[in-house]
Amino acid sequence: MLELRKDIFADERDDNLKEIGKGTQRQDMLGHVTGTSTYFDDHKLQGMLHLKVLRSPHAHARLRRIDTMEAERSPGVRRIIRGADVPRNLNTLLSLINFGKDDEPSLAVDKVRYKGEPIVAIVADSPREAYEAMAKVRVDYEPLPAVFDVEEALKPGALVVNETYPKNTFIYHDVYDHQKLRFGDVERGFAEADHVLEQRYQMSPIEHAPTETNGSIAAPDTNGRYVVYTSTQALFFSLDTCAKILDVPSNTFHFIGGTVGGGFGGKVDTLTEPLAILGAMLTGRPVRYQLGREEEMQFGSPRGAERIYIKDGVMRDGRIVARKIRAYFDSGAYTRLSSYAVVKCVAHLPGPYTIPNVHGDVYCVFTNRTPATAMRGFGVTAMDFALECQMDKLAHLVGIDPMEFRILNAYRDGDMKAHRREAKNTALIECAQVAAEKAKWPLREEVKRMSSRKDGGGSRAAISPTPIEPAPQRAAVSQQRTTYDRAPPAPIHEPPPPAPPPPPRPQSPSHGATRFSSVFGTRRR
Amino acid sequence: MTKTPLQFRHNGRDVAVFVDGGVNLLVALRELIGDMTPKFGCGQGGCGACSVLIDGELHLSCLTLAEAVNGRAVETLDGLKDGPNLHPLQRAFMEQFAAQCGYCTPGMLMAAKSLLDRNPSPSRAEVIEAISGNICRCTGYEPIINAVLAAASSGRARA
Repeated sequence: MLELRKDIFADERDDNLKEIGKGTQRQDMLGHVTGTSTYFDDHKLQGMLHLKVLRSPHAHARLRRIDTMEAERSPGVRRIIRGADVPRNLNTLLSLINFGKDDEPSLAVDKVRYKGEPIVAIVADSPREAYEAMAKVRVDYEPLPAVFDVEEALKPGALVVNETYPKNTFIYHDVYDHQKLRFGDVERGFAEADHVLEQRYQMSPIEHAPTETNGSIAAPDTNGRYVVYTSTQALFFSLDTCAKILDVPSNTFHFIGGTVGGGFGGKVDTLTEPLAILGAMLTGRPVRYQLGREEEMQFGSPRGAERIYIKDGVMRDGRIVARKIRAYFDSGAYTRLSSYAVVKCVAHLPGPYTIPNVHGDVYCVFTNRTPATAMRGFGVTAMDFALECQMDKLAHLVGIDPMEFRILNAYRDGDMKAHRREAKNTALIECAQVAAEKAKWPLREEVKRMSSRKDGGGSRAAISPTPIEPAPQRAAVSQQRTTYDRAPPAPIHEPPPPAPPPPPRPQSPSHGATRFSSVFGTRRR
Repeated sequence: MTKTPLQFRHNGRDVAVFVDGGVNLLVALRELIGDMTPKFGCGQGGCGACSVLIDGELHLSCLTLAEAVNGRAVETLDGLKDGPNLHPLQRAFMEQFAAQCGYCTPGMLMAAKSLLDRNPSPSRAEVIEAISGNICRCTGYEPIINAVLAAASSGRARA
């Protein structure tokens, strides 16, 4: 019997995992300070081609004609890629968890719906030759009116941004045009309140602006596979998304990532890999597709804008008795992750406070703006900004110190949250007390003695009677998945066609894998 | 396309390449010399990730025509170490946690080296001024400033 001489390696790992309180060096720090950390663009491959994308200068336009004849003859051009070359041009990121309908093309076919939307990809020997060919692509645009405001987009008769969602809202569970939270009766709460304060909050989109722009290099590997160096923050998510869009088994790809030059949520959208790989498939050569800074700003998704209305009822003694919230998340022209952000947001309402009557309506709205995505706490960050501004205003209104006002309303262990879950392991009171101490903010002795572990539960654990609202009707058939990207180009000078008739239900994925949805919490085929 | 011959010193070593007209120094270093330490961040002089020293002076390689360094000396992060030994700035960046994603680090280090070469005992304000053209989006400016100051004082301790 041969045995490994474990004693040789005995001192390599002591299994002591007590790391808290000790400074620990990053494992990648030496690479960073010597410049040897390998980012996607640090791979130099023999015969590498460069991919550049022609983007829409319009926020909303019909594409009457795309003429690439002259561009194809331009020096150094190896391949021009159009929407019809993409095996499954329509995709939505979270389709991998069975959430949402495929609504975004890799390359626009009949329409563009935001400024910066990709239309044609050019693969050439050098970036310069790709740009020169791009200038020779002729696109005949028919500019269309655009909508940039979330509430305008929801008005009756508003133009349709994204035909997959003709009401300009993401549709949840095939039925609901928004996410709801109902707990108790806010109207009764307002009637009983000493003061009612209603405010409007607006947050702009925020660009992640990573120092390294989004990009990837795809190269033919042995055995018909492709190796992909990428800046992605979501390696296997991107790999699976590419397998879906390019309609090949996922083991076709070997994705290499890990060293990302700043992400913050802006590198989860699989923006570059599908076209880089397709370029490599069509040319048989390594293809590099890196966004320029302007593209990163215009086309790279930002944190989405949010408009938030908060109406609170508060008693003279400082108790908030009702909180009603209506919010609109600007998803831009397509669904990337804003649909999920809305779910997170509603799960966060009404903030970390115990309020007996809570009413929330949050919409994921389509506009002709750059599609929005993840960014550090998205779905919660802007809502918290609004809620905490509101808390300061309420404290001022009732004449209570803002720190004490928060501690007074903070949830405590045993309280009932608006989601009908008992609050456990709460610590807002202690956080506020420590923050006050660090900031030398005076708190009364009585408030300093308050605790998340005391005085919770009891009447605070009650679920207030909640009026039942009529359920919405099931979605019209026009909201089912469309295949408009495969349709022939629209005829010239005709008004926009009505939403296309419903195609047959999409076929189940060819790989037949069981999908688990963390959003629905169900397992489905 | 006509190519222009170009010779310069790269981290103390003579190199010779042929460049296309209009090619910037960043592309020449990365794609022709194979020095991947200067990074592309914006290509328009806004971020400092491509910072290098030309004859000891701090420059943005993305805004420098490659042909302009003919006969001159270019230093990049790749030449900062002395053999296997880290430069005091590199050691200080490691010790002070002055890098997160690491993408701005090559430019930061070259900007810091440029400062310490001119001014071995900078004030905090002078350090801030020296790295003001370098963007760190992980917003680790404080540790970076502390690292440059620590490297300066360690240099004084040795001197």
